[in-house]
Amino acid sequence: MRLEPRTVTSGAATILWPAGAILATIVFSSVLVMIAGASPLTVFWLVVKGAAGSQFAALETLTRATPLIFTGLAVAVAFRARLWNIGAEAQLYLGAVMTVVLGTGAVTLPSAGLIPLIMIAAMLTGALTLLGPAILKTRFGVDEVVTTLLLNFIVLLFVSMLLEGPLKDPMGLGWPQSKRVIADAQLPRLIQGKRLHFGFVLAVVSAIVVWVIMKKTVLGYEMRAVGHNAEAARFAGIPVNRVIVKTALLSGGLAALAGFSEVAGLKGNLTLDLSPGYGYTGIVVAMLAMLNPLGVIAAAIFVAGIFVGADAMSRSANVPSYIAEVMVATSLLTMVAAIMLMRYRVRWR
Amino acid sequence: MTEAFEILFTASFWVAAIRIASPLIFATMGELICERAGVLNLGIEGIMVAGAFTGWFTVYMGGDLWTGVFVAAMTGAMFGLLHGFLTVPLGLSQHVTGIGITLLASSLTYFTYRILLPEVTSPPKIEPFQPFAVPVLSDIPVLGPALFNQTPLTYLAYVTVAAVAFVLYRTPVGVAVRAVGENPSAVEAQGISVTAVRIGAVMAGSALMAIGGAFLTMSAFNSFFFEMINGRGWIAIALVVFGSWRPGKALIGAILFAAFDAYQVRLQQITGGIIPYQIFLMMPFVLSIVALVVVARRATYPKALMIPYQKGER
Repeated sequence: MRLEPRTVTSGAATILWPAGAILATIVFSSVLVMIAGASPLTVFWLVVKGAAGSQFAALETLTRATPLIFTGLAVAVAFRARLWNIGAEAQLYLGAVMTVVLGTGAVTLPSAGLIPLIMIAAMLTGALTLLGPAILKTRFGVDEVVTTLLLNFIVLLFVSMLLEGPLKDPMGLGWPQSKRVIADAQLPRLIQGKRLHFGFVLAVVSAIVVWVIMKKTVLGYEMRAVGHNAEAARFAGIPVNRVIVKTALLSGGLAALAGFSEVAGLKGNLTLDLSPGYGYTGIVVAMLAMLNPLGVIAAAIFVAGIFVGADAMSRSANVPSYIAEVMVATSLLTMVAAIMLMRYRVRWR
Repeated sequence: MTEAFEILFTASFWVAAIRIASPLIFATMGELICERAGVLNLGIEGIMVAGAFTGWFTVYMGGDLWTGVFVAAMTGAMFGLLHGFLTVPLGLSQHVTGIGITLLASSLTYFTYRILLPEVTSPPKIEPFQPFAVPVLSDIPVLGPALFNQTPLTYLAYVTVAAVAFVLYRTPVGVAVRAVGENPSAVEAQGISVTAVRIGAVMAGSALMAIGGAFLTMSAFNSFFFEMINGRGWIAIALVVFGSWRPGKALIGAILFAAFDAYQVRLQQITGGIIPYQIFLMMPFVLSIVALVVVARRATYPKALMIPYQKGER
């Protein structure tokens, strides 16, 4: 069997293959649901209802999508330039640390000044977190996949150390948690009394900005060129290493915004369970969006919907909420396969 | 200070080091086989989770310990087949697919665990592999008990290294595996299917990774809990690079790493809380990165690593 590039990708193929991927995911998870002893139709109905069946559900999905848009963008930007940033989790946490360091009273400014200040500081922190692996890659040829993965563990331990040491809330009854950010550092809620916060708007704006950078600027062009063929890009006079470093700064900064917005917009303080793997899920989001920054918004809402819906479902049906993780992982694998089959024809020979 | 130094000469320290090294040896050999055939397998972390669970659960359901090891290996091979199918004939990104396999294998494991054991609050225990003192050899001072008073699964790890080295360098199968990782079109010209060799290597490697996971639930500990793999898979990937894709060097790397890990635990007890414990827990990960930086410059990657092969393409 071999693959042959399609000269023209037909309209039917661009719809049928991704639809097939979604169908395969649904079939596979249906089997699991039946093994768990429930009816797939009921379960999927409960997931959909839990994700979008009411104003509360829909807002909850958008709230959950917010950090995923940021980490999805971080991954999309990096992967586009073939910088394999698997460390969005670490960058997220360090962005959150910076938010807490500046936002819990160390700096007092009106919120119009304080929030941008914290945001920029958080982005810089995340950018620097990925700068290390990027320089190790360009200078020493160390594979960034391994270094970013290992950094996730190092950073989580570092955060744990901070939360039991200098950042520990003295009023926290001994729990490893930070103080709460002051009112001026908090992102406003979008609707009074609801959890959806201004971070969602920031995320959507970021997606648009990233889209403009990727499509309309020289940097975006260079990033795509490096990702497409680094050798050819170097031959064409593009400073490949410098582009990789710039990509790393952008990607790390975006991932850090996820941490900033979760702390300043939703949680109010930093704990060790701030992120249930948003950094890793960002990879799924970016791939489902085919690395398109605007597609990241839709993909993040879709993935968030599965998680929020499955949480609601597992409370009423007797199916573990881990089904959401399984569905998300399966959709990642089926979708990358579908995208390949959309662009290539299989020749059995 | 002398206390910190004397640890290195105690038998119990080296016993612990070899015990910590054992799962890493399996996982590192598994990853090494995959990469030697040209396929990066980032599914390793999830495959270890799946192996840890299936091996343990087989025994919990009344199976024999060796049956458990076999079931774990088969589970690993199945995920290897999936990874191989997606990355070799379909040529999908090995990075993305590998992460996908890790997410899938670990989430499927957690889902299955919750279904099979819905009511448990603390994970049930099994009767794990017991240490077996090899006569005569285990009487050698310090090294004897460290190397030869371990569980049979550790002895299997030694055998695995020897077998991987032998097969890779002394058999036609090994030549084919190394060749598809270096120059796949030359292999195809010999009438051997690159696809078949690569998928076979990924399956065999993934089976070893799963046994590495099973070591934790069936030999080092006696039950399964979430997060128990805790980055060991990623460390194995670093060890493969550190060992420059050679079984012997990778084995030394795994033992050095494990010795360091065992040492930091003991150091932690001596220093008695002056230094935050997280610093000690961080050190193995920091060490892995440092090791990568040290060897990266003179590392000789398998030339076709991460490059999909298409028949008839140059």
